[in-house]
Amino acid sequence: MKIGRVVGTVVSTINVPAFDGRTLLLCDLLDPAGTRAGGYLIAVDSVGAGAGETVLLLDEGNSARQILAAPGAPIRTVVVGIVDSVVEDAATVGPGTVPATRTAGHVGKARAARRPASRAAGHAARPRRR
Amino acid sequence: MQLARVIGTVVATVKSPGLEGVTLLVIQPLDRHRQPVGVQLVAADAVHMAGPGELVYFVAAREAAQAMPDPFVPVDHAIVGIVDAVSTLGGVTP
Repeated sequence: MKIGRVVGTVVSTINVPAFDGRTLLLCDLLDPAGTRAGGYLIAVDSVGAGAGETVLLLDEGNSARQILAAPGAPIRTVVVGIVDSVVEDAATVGPGTVPATRTAGHVGKARAARRPASRAAGHAARPRRR
Repeated sequence: MQLARVIGTVVATVKSPGLEGVTLLVIQPLDRHRQPVGVQLVAADAVHMAGPGELVYFVAAREAAQAMPDPFVPVDHAIVGIVDAVSTLGGVTP
């Protein structure tokens, strides 16, 4: 899987039927530290991600078709998660390095409301259990 | 999937079985600022409506053949949609 950032959406009315009713997100590819790694992918959304969010991208067709329950669809890239933080060698290097106070604005109000208070406070700050 | 601009057509009389009636278009892949990136490709037109000059998105690899009526055809790039607009954080561009 790859880490990306949603930078926009692609609107299309003429497409193959498998794409009807699906949201296409334009995602820049990121390295684990959250900086642009170059390149982008257009991915089908499966989690309700929005612009500006750091997401997990699956770029493999068979898994993509299973997740979307769309056998035979010509779909290869799917947004399968929203990244809270990236930890490398016990140090937070990814989007989680931002102060915990930014979390609510970063993920959007609706999602922040659904999120348990412990997560909203920023689990990035919590020491990793071993 | 990636964005591309259709820049031409390919006419071939002798084709692999299964490719009869499939429109082949020459596409130039674009970056997200719509600048050409990479080499030009020949892609099958799975939407049957794309033509030269149009902004499209295409899928590569095995999934390209899935877009065709017969999914067991030798196709590795297929146009699966025509772009109406791309809305980015900076605004909407048609």
